[in-house]
Amino acid sequence: MTQLALVIDLNVCVGCHACVTSCKEWNTSGPAGFMSDDNPYGKNPTGTFFNRVQTYEVGCFPNTETIHFPKSCLHCEDAPCVPVCPTGASYKRESDGIVLVDYDKCIGCKYCSWACPFGAREFDEHQKVMKKCTLCVDRIYDTSLPESERKPACVLACPTSARLFGDVHDPQSQVSVAIREQGGYALMPEWGTNPSNHYLPRRKTRLHIHEDELVRADNPLKKEQRKPSAPVTEPTLDDSTSW
Amino acid sequence: MHPAFSVIFLTTLIGVGQGMFLALFTGQSYAAAQFLPAQDSSGFYAAGSLIALSFLVSGLLASFFHLGHPERAWRAAAMWRTSWLSREVIVLPIVMLFVFVYGAMHFMGWDAVIATTGTGVTFHASLLAGALGSLAVFLLFLCTAMIYASIRFLQEWSSPLTVINYLLLGTASGFTLATAFSHEAAPDLTPFYGTWAIIITVAAFISRSASLIRNSQLKYKSTLRSAIGVRHSQIVQMAQGAMGGSYNTREYFHGKKAMFLQSVKWIFMALVFVAPVLLLMAGMQNNNIIVLTGAFVVQYTGLLLERWLFFAQARHPQNIYYQTV
Ligand code: SF4
Ligand code: SF4
Ligand code: SF4
Repeated sequence: MTQLALVIDLNVCVGCHACVTSCKEWNTSGPAGFMSDDNPYGKNPTGTFFNRVQTYEVGCFPNTETIHFPKSCLHCEDAPCVPVCPTGASYKRESDGIVLVDYDKCIGCKYCSWACPFGAREFDEHQKVMKKCTLCVDRIYDTSLPESERKPACVLACPTSARLFGDVHDPQSQVSVAIREQGGYALMPEWGTNPSNHYLPRRKTRLHIHEDELVRADNPLKKEQRKPSAPVTEPTLDDSTSW
Repeated sequence: MHPAFSVIFLTTLIGVGQGMFLALFTGQSYAAAQFLPAQDSSGFYAAGSLIALSFLVSGLLASFFHLGHPERAWRAAAMWRTSWLSREVIVLPIVMLFVFVYGAMHFMGWDAVIATTGTGVTFHASLLAGALGSLAVFLLFLCTAMIYASIRFLQEWSSPLTVINYLLLGTASGFTLATAFSHEAAPDLTPFYGTWAIIITVAAFISRSASLIRNSQLKYKSTLRSAIGVRHSQIVQMAQGAMGGSYNTREYFHGKKAMFLQSVKWIFMALVFVAPVLLLMAGMQNNNIIVLTGAFVVQYTGLLLERWLFFAQARHPQNIYYQTV
C-alpha cells in the first residue's frame, strides 16, 4: 500500500514562506476554485491557507535557537477527521493515502476540523466548505508535466529543499530513508493518529578535535627540526628597499 | 472552543422537547398502571406532544444556521456507520415522527386497546408508540452527546459524564416544562411532574458538578513539546503563520477571560439547579402557574449558559500551536 507524505526538515527550513505562497498560488488557481481572502492588502489580512509556517524560539538567551515550523495536514494513517464526517465528504484514498475533502458534498458542519488535533483544516468563509492540504493531488499525477515536476508545489518551491515528498511505506524511498536515518518523528504521537508526514529534527554537526590532535607532543618531525633563529635586532634589507 | 449559538440552541431546544416527551410518556405509563388518574387524550397528551414537537422543530431549525451549506443537509445521513453526527441527523427526524404519531393518535382517538391484563390494566396502542418514541429519545440523547464525547483529544468532553449530563439536563428541563404545562392541562399531575423535575434536576446537578470537577483537574496530554517535537522546557512562539488571525484562531478560542468563565459557571449553577428547584417547590405549594412557568424559563436560560460553558471550557489541542491568541 502506498502512503504519500511530506517530510519536513526543520534543520534546513529558513522560514521563508515560499511553500506557503506557492501552495496558495497553485491551489487557488486549481480546479477546486479559489481559496478566499479577506483584506488581503488591508490591515488584518486573513484567509484560507493549506500550509502555514510558524516560528518558535527555543531556550534562553544566549542559548537560543529559532525554529521555523511549517504546518499542513499530516495525512494521518488513522485519520480521526475522516470517520466523523457525516456526509462522507472527507475521505482517505485507498490508493495513495491522501486525505481529501469533496467540496461538492461538504455541508460545512466543521465537525472534521474539531476532530483534527493539529488544526490542519481550515473552513473557507466564502465557499462555506472545509479545506485542507490536498498533497497537490492535481499535480503529482499530471502526466502533462515533466516527471521532475510531478511533485507538490510547496516541495518544488522550497529554496533550501527542506521539504521531501514520497511514499513513506516504501522503505527505499527518499522520505523513508530520511525518516530512518535522520531521526524523523511524528507530531503529537499521544493521540495515535499515525501522522504520515514526518519532521526531521534540528541537528548540530559538531567536530570534536582534541588538544593532542592539534599539537602532538611526540611529533617525530620536530626532533630534527632546525631551531627557529633568534629575533633580529639590526635593520634588514626589507627595511631599506622598496620592491 | 468557540461556542456557536446555533449549536447551543439546537442541543438545549431538542433537550427540552425530548424531556417533555419522556414526561408525557411517563405520565401515561403511570396512568396505565393505575398509579395516576387517566388524562384527557387531546387536551393533555396531544397538546403536550405539540409543545414537545415545536421544541424539536425549533432545534432543528437552529441547527441549519450552523451549516455552511444547509441545502445539502440531507447528505449528512450517509455515514451513520462511523459518524455520531450522521446518526443524530437520522434519529432526530425519527423522534419527531414518533412525537407526531403519538400526539396524533391521542388527538384523533386512534387508541385501540391492544392488551388487557388479568387485573384489568389496559394497554393502548398509543402506549406502544410512546415506548418506541421514548427509545428513540434515549438514542437521540446518546447521539447528541457522543458527537462530543467521541472526540478523544477534547479531554473535557471525552467522558461518559457528557452523555449522562445531556440526558439528565434535557430530561430535567422537559419535566420542568411538563410541570408548568400540567398545571393548565392536568392539575392533578402537577405534583407528580414537579417532584420528578426536582429529582432529575438534583441528579443533573450531581453529574454536571462531577464533570466540572473532572475538568478542573484534567491533565492535558499534549504539550508544546509534543506538538512541535522539540524537547526543551522553554519554547516561545514568535509567529503563528497569519497576520489577521485565521480559522484556527477564531474557531477554537472563545476569547473571554477566565473570570468570565468562572462567572458563567456560578450563574448557570444557580439558574439551572438552585432556582428551578426552589421555584418548583414554591409553585407547587402555592399552585401558581406563573412561578412554575418561571421555573422553566429560568432553567432554560441557565441551560443556554451551561451549554456555552460546555463549549468554551473545551480546550482543543490545536490551540497549542497558537500560544498568543
Ligand atoms: S492532520 Fe488532521 S486533517 Fe490531516 S489527516 Fe491528520 S487528523 Fe486529518
Ligand atoms: S465540514 Fe464538510 S468535510 Fe467536514 S465533517 Fe462536515 S461535511 Fe464533512
Ligand atoms: S502538498 Fe500542495 S496542498 Fe499540501 S501544503 Fe504542499 S503545496 Fe499545499
